[in-house]
Amino acid sequence: MSDFPDDLKYAATHEWLRLEEDGTVTMGISDHAQELLGDIVFIELPEEGKVVDAKQEISVVESVKAASDIYAPISGEIIAVNEDLADAPETVNTAPYTDGWICRILPSNPAELEELLDADTYAGMCE
Amino acid sequence: MGLRTALFDKHVDAGARIVDFGGWDMPIQYDSLINEHHAVRQHAGVFDVSHMTIVDVKGPQAESWLRYLLANDVARLKETGHALYSGMLNEQAGVIDDLIVYRMAWGFRLVVNCGTREKDLAWMSKQSAGYDVTLTERPELAILAVQGPAAMHIVMDLLNSKGASAEAVQVGSLKNFSGAEFGSWFIARTGYTGENGVEIMLPDNEAPGIWDELLAAGVKPIGLGARDTLRLEAGMNLYGHDMDESISPLSANMGWTIAWEPAHRDFIGRSVLENQREAFKRGELPKLSGLVMEERGVLREGLRVQCTFSDGSIKDGVITSGTFSPTLKHGIALARIPSGSQNAVVEKCEVDIRGKLIPVRLVKPGFVRLGKKVFE
Repeated sequence: MSDFPDDLKYAATHEWLRLEEDGTVTMGISDHAQELLGDIVFIELPEEGKVVDAKQEISVVESVKAASDIYAPISGEIIAVNEDLADAPETVNTAPYTDGWICRILPSNPAELEELLDADTYAGMCE
Repeated sequence: MGLRTALFDKHVDAGARIVDFGGWDMPIQYDSLINEHHAVRQHAGVFDVSHMTIVDVKGPQAESWLRYLLANDVARLKETGHALYSGMLNEQAGVIDDLIVYRMAWGFRLVVNCGTREKDLAWMSKQSAGYDVTLTERPELAILAVQGPAAMHIVMDLLNSKGASAEAVQVGSLKNFSGAEFGSWFIARTGYTGENGVEIMLPDNEAPGIWDELLAAGVKPIGLGARDTLRLEAGMNLYGHDMDESISPLSANMGWTIAWEPAHRDFIGRSVLENQREAFKRGELPKLSGLVMEERGVLREGLRVQCTFSDGSIKDGVITSGTFSPTLKHGIALARIPSGSQNAVVEKCEVDIRGKLIPVRLVKPGFVRLGKKVFE
């Protein structure tokens, strides 16, 4: 069974978000998404410093069988990227909510966070 | 619900994710495609390929009919149990299917793809008119492919444990592309992975027990996902992707499977193929080549391959099968590469991945054999 931590927010496109104490948002892909993709072998990482709109494509995660676009769940500036994934993309399989984070965004419109899904709603969607 | 092999419940028990594959409910992977792939390269894996279609050919004219039906020549099978790979061509020399044919004591056994079963059977039936042959499909047989460096020993041990020690010795001495029949079983040293191993055809009701014994002996169940990465590393074609009825076998790296000699043997598609052969020699037909992308990433079927020729011209090819090679840890592919004009040769190849041109190298099809990299 997939894991859906309660302290995270989720997008219908299978990204998770965590609001940090400093007001930034860390994001990655959900446990359910990594299970569906299978062994991840390549990640085209987001561009640090880029200003993005909500629902804009920022990254591509590729497993052996499929490539999946990753969307910014909220608008803002990408202020950090998990460069470790360049050499170890499989970390997204083994630790999707911790070491497998993809990037950190400084939100330009924090109100967008309210529109995201809570764990129960997202888990229901994935059934 | 689709068609199910005798091992469906075993796949579910082993934690398989089941997908529809040509109308069959088949395991795509169990735990991890990459782990399954490595298991076959490093130890041993078992594939349920019972969805494939077995057709037995008997009758006084079985041999002469197959010499007409197939581009390769079954007369080259000198001994019982010997096998060869062939294309079955239409009159225009397009590939209807690719198959393995074994010479049996009582005739021949063909194994064809499941996705092409109906058209294959219809074609064979039509072409058999006027020949004294009988075609019998064998849906009651399961097929287990046991592949990997430890596969031969494990299968021999399994036979020994059943008191079949003479059979074990015989299987151990089989040469590549040959097999032996033991009652209702047929064991052949063939496969689709580039590793040593066997394919075992046996009655459906015996398959689950053998499956359990193989797993207990440390053989890992392997899904269709790893079957694809393994065959692609081995440089083997997949029907419907690397070739089909619109493609000449010469443009699908199947030239080696065509038996041109004896020149008087008439087989379906021969006259068209003779012309294609001259065109191919003049460099006028596309060819199937291997692609290697050494930077991190994945090559995929359908991607555009931009080829720059020595005369400055640029033409597009296409990837027919692509993946990430778990053994080599980079992208590999088979691609249809266009021919250059006059004597122009390809000087540069790039694959268009999401609008970026990524350099790739052209190599002979075939990337990994017996666990080792095989291209320069």
